[in-house]
Amino acid sequence: MTLSVDIQHRFGEFAVEARFDSAGRLTALFGPSGSGKSTLINLIAGLIRPDKGRIAVDGRVLVDTEARLFVPMHKRRIGMVFQDARLFPHLSVAGNLRYGRWFTPSSERYAKMDAVVDLLGIGHLLDRRPAKLSGGEKQRVAIGRALLASPKLLLMDEPLASLDEARKAEILPYIERLRDETKIPIVYVSHSVAEVARLASDVVVLAHGKVAASGPTEAIMQRLDLLPAEERGEGGAVLETKVLHHDEAFGMTVLASQAGEIRVPQLARPVGATVRLRIRARDVMVATEQPTGLSALNILAGTITAVRPGIGPTVEIAIDCNGAIVLARITEQSKHTLRLALGRQVFAVIKTVSFDSATTGAGLTVEADG
Amino acid sequence: MNWLLDLTPDEWNAVRLSIKVATVAMLASLPPGILIALLLARGRFWGKTLLNGLVHLPLILPPVVTGYLLLLSFGRRGPAGAFLAEHFGIVFSFRWTGAALACGVMGFPLMVRAIRLSIEAVDRKMEAAAGTLGANPLWVFATITLPLILPGLIAGAILSFAKAMGEFGATITFVSNIPNETQTLPSAIYTFTQVPGGDEGALRLTLISIVISMLALVASEVLARRVGRRMDIE
Repeated sequence: MTLSVDIQHRFGEFAVEARFDSAGRLTALFGPSGSGKSTLINLIAGLIRPDKGRIAVDGRVLVDTEARLFVPMHKRRIGMVFQDARLFPHLSVAGNLRYGRWFTPSSERYAKMDAVVDLLGIGHLLDRRPAKLSGGEKQRVAIGRALLASPKLLLMDEPLASLDEARKAEILPYIERLRDETKIPIVYVSHSVAEVARLASDVVVLAHGKVAASGPTEAIMQRLDLLPAEERGEGGAVLETKVLHHDEAFGMTVLASQAGEIRVPQLARPVGATVRLRIRARDVMVATEQPTGLSALNILAGTITAVRPGIGPTVEIAIDCNGAIVLARITEQSKHTLRLALGRQVFAVIKTVSFDSATTGAGLTVEADG
Repeated sequence: MNWLLDLTPDEWNAVRLSIKVATVAMLASLPPGILIALLLARGRFWGKTLLNGLVHLPLILPPVVTGYLLLLSFGRRGPAGAFLAEHFGIVFSFRWTGAALACGVMGFPLMVRAIRLSIEAVDRKMEAAAGTLGANPLWVFATITLPLILPGLIAGAILSFAKAMGEFGATITFVSNIPNETQTLPSAIYTFTQVPGGDEGALRLTLISIVISMLALVASEVLARRVGRRMDIE
């Protein structure tokens, strides 16, 4: 799938001027509120008509103001999951799920009721009314409803933003399954680093209605300067890892990554499973010599490849550990005292307990932070 | 009880006619009522205030005036009346259809108000969601908007029916008071009160009138509650 967007749109004071292409499995539109990401997704869905520009999905042009072309939303075959589920109150859950099927030509119906109900774990809800569902259940039904219209592209507009942490944790695995087990490309709007780092294959960063950067998640997450101020503490390197083994005696899981072995609190994942690990830059210490007599269990050797000014009196240090970049945020003073500079051999030190379910993306058997 | 139900054929006809007139008035008002309510709730066009005023006019004008205006326009020689009679064979003057027209017009503002309010209360985001699922605007209206405004539709229909059951002034002005043709319950009661010894008949019809009105109200309550429970919007 390729999504290509090049549009200009303004209402009142606010203007969106965005241009990007994405061929990702799950593309995140990422930015703080007011950055234009919801406007952008509404433009793709056809809920808004742009002032100027062009949007195409897989070569099928949906809008082209120059050619005076505008495909109305009901002909776009683009599914949408809204922040506020928007289930139809006069229909049962099953009625909601079946709604889109009516309008899908039978030759293009690929989504199967049983498979979708299974994927989202909503089999026990089918006879209920939307008003009787919890927030998390509503959102799962809304995802199922969008899927069952057999869309060519699935848009998700902050589907977790109005849910509490427990409900978010309940839904995230379903979105991961959606990404990994179906072939539908997804565009996911979010302002949360945790969600983007965990779910996205590609990220488009938006700021003030413009595209600030776009690219693969690992690369974008390195750019702490792109993160909104309130989310900057969550920023850090994202590593693809595999579960090597579980250390039952100490309640830990050992992950294999390009940077070396990383010990995290025990994960409810089988050996061999892939885990996308986010290492918050603020959780990483830097040592110039191999530390000894230290409680921290993860010590990764590497070379400094970048030193960038951070927020306030801090610096961000990028450390290349065997080809994988780990980011550290330290004080200006530490950098000065340790004389950290490009090319210097250092050790990145990360406490095992600094990992939690938000950074490991997998249910911990024991919550480490509490 | 026997005394109550021991009606003369003419009285029975008045009861039957009233129910027929009110039902036809209500059903025939529904499609234009929904359309006008939609226009007023969602339309943005020049003359919206004028349309709104026009719809409400029967509520403000003395019923006799409304009846007279109907007579002028829908009477045999009236422009609308002559046109309809000539092309469609529909005649209103001094027929029960005229009574239904008068009752429909008098109840129209009440019906439009109720439907308009319920349309304005519909969450348009629901309609957008249906659109992304592939429903075109017509289907969205039929499968989302219409079910969501059902309580308002029922309320509007019942108001229109109730108004029609009680309508007197416009009806008697437009189509007169002809037994078995245009003599509805209120006209029949009025006639009884005008003749010596008519008190008993007037009282009988009055009681019947109360019973029918109560039944209609209770039915609407039950219906509205059932629909409301089904929807149960948080």
